[in-house]
Amino acid sequence: MTTFLRVAGLVVRKDLTVEVRSREIVYTTIFFAVSCVLVFAFALVREGRPLEDAAAGIMWISVAFAGTLALGRTFERERHSETLRALMLAPASRPALYVGKLVGIVLLLLVVEAVLVPLVGLLFHAPIGSSPFRLAALLVLGTIGFSAVGTLFAAMLVRARSRDVMLPILLYPITIPVIIAGVRGTAALFEPVPAVDLADMWMALLAFFDIVFVTLALWTFEPLMTE
Amino acid sequence: MNKAYSVLVLAAIVLFAVAPAVVAQTPLESTMGLVQKIFYYHVPSAMAMFLAALVCGVASAVYLFKGRPGADRLAAAAAELAVVFGLIVLVTGPLWARKAWGVWWQWDARLTSTLLMWMIFVACLLVRRFGGAGAEKLGAAMALFGMANVPFVYISVNIWRTLHPTTAVIPKLPGGMRGPFWFCAVSFMLLFGLLLALRVRLEERRADVEHLYLMADHE
Repeated sequence: MTTFLRVAGLVVRKDLTVEVRSREIVYTTIFFAVSCVLVFAFALVREGRPLEDAAAGIMWISVAFAGTLALGRTFERERHSETLRALMLAPASRPALYVGKLVGIVLLLLVVEAVLVPLVGLLFHAPIGSSPFRLAALLVLGTIGFSAVGTLFAAMLVRARSRDVMLPILLYPITIPVIIAGVRGTAALFEPVPAVDLADMWMALLAFFDIVFVTLALWTFEPLMTE
Repeated sequence: MNKAYSVLVLAAIVLFAVAPAVVAQTPLESTMGLVQKIFYYHVPSAMAMFLAALVCGVASAVYLFKGRPGADRLAAAAAELAVVFGLIVLVTGPLWARKAWGVWWQWDARLTSTLLMWMIFVACLLVRRFGGAGAEKLGAAMALFGMANVPFVYISVNIWRTLHPTTAVIPKLPGGMRGPFWFCAVSFMLLFGLLLALRVRLEERRADVEHLYLMADHE
C-alpha cells in the first residue's frame, strides 16, 4: 500500500513539475474555459440580465469542455516524447500510475475552476459565496468523476488514430450523469435560499458515481494498457 | 444453414406471427385503452436490451482479462443488438407516452438513464468501427461502463418518483394480460438469441476469411 501511494505520488510530482515549468496546459485550458463562458455570456445575457438558472449549467459545461481539452493535451504530451510507454515499462503497478495521472488532472482542473467559478458568478449573478464549502465539495466530487473516466479513456486513446474525435464521443455518454448531478446540485445552491438538502442528495449521488467510476477504471486499467 | 438455426428461425417466425393475435385478445386497459397494447412490445424489447447489455459487458470483461477472440466477437454482436433493441424501446416509449402522459418525452430518471445507456452502446459501436488499431479494447471498456448502467436503469423507477411505471407492475399484471405478456417476452428473447447466434457466426466467418488471406499472403 505504501509503495502504491509512493508511486502515485511520484507520478503526480512528475506531472506537476512538468506543468509548473511549462505552464502550457494550465494557461491554454484557463483561456479556453474563459472564452467558453464569454460565448455563453454573449448569447444568454440580455441588457445585463442573465437567463434565469443558467449559471449552474454554464459552469459545468465549461468545466466539461475545458476538461476534455486538458485531458487531450496531457496525454498528447506523454505521446509526443513516448513517456507513457516509459511509465508503463517501469516496474510499478499500473493502478498506481492511473491514480497518479488522475490526481494530476484533478488538481489541474481545480486550478481552472478557481478562475472559472468566480467569472460565472460575476457574469451570471450567481451567488457563489452563499454556501462556499458545499459548492467546493460539489466541484471536487464532480471533477473526480469526470476525470476518472477521462483519464482511463485518454490513456487508452494515446495509440489510437482518431483520438481527438474519439475522446468526447466515449467520454460524454458515460459522464453525463456526473454533469447532471453537478448541475442540479449547483443549481440548488444558487437558489435565492440555498436548497441545502437537495444539494446534499446530489452530492451523495456524485460520491456514488465517483466510487463506481474509479473502481471500474482501476479494475480495467491494467488489461486495457497492456498491448 | 444447419438444423439448430432452422428450428430457431421457424420458432421465432411462428411466435411473431401469432403474437399480434394474442395481443389483440388481451383485455383493454381501463384508463389508457387501446394504446396500452404497445406495452407487449415495449417491455419485452427493454428486457432484450438489458440482456444484450449484460451479455456484451460480461463478454467484454472475459475478452479484456483472458484475451479470448471469441468473447470479443460475442461482445461485438451483443453491442449491436443492445443498440437495435434499445432503439425499439426508445421509439415505442415516446409513442406510448404521447397518448398516456400527453408528452413525447420527459427528463425523468428512467428515460434519461435509458437514453444514456443506449448512447454508450452507440459510442461503443462507433469506436469499434472508426477507432483504428486497438479499438476492440476501447469498445470493451465502453461496454463495461454500459453494463454498469443496467442495474441503475432498472432500479431508477423505484428510487425516484417518475412518470414511468415501477418494476412492480410486471408481477402484478392481471390474469388476462400476464399470459400474452410472457408470450411476447419469450418471442423477443428467442429473436434476441437467434440474432445473436447469427451475428456471432458472421463474425466468425469474417475472422476465418481474414485468417485465410493471411495464409495466402505467406505462401
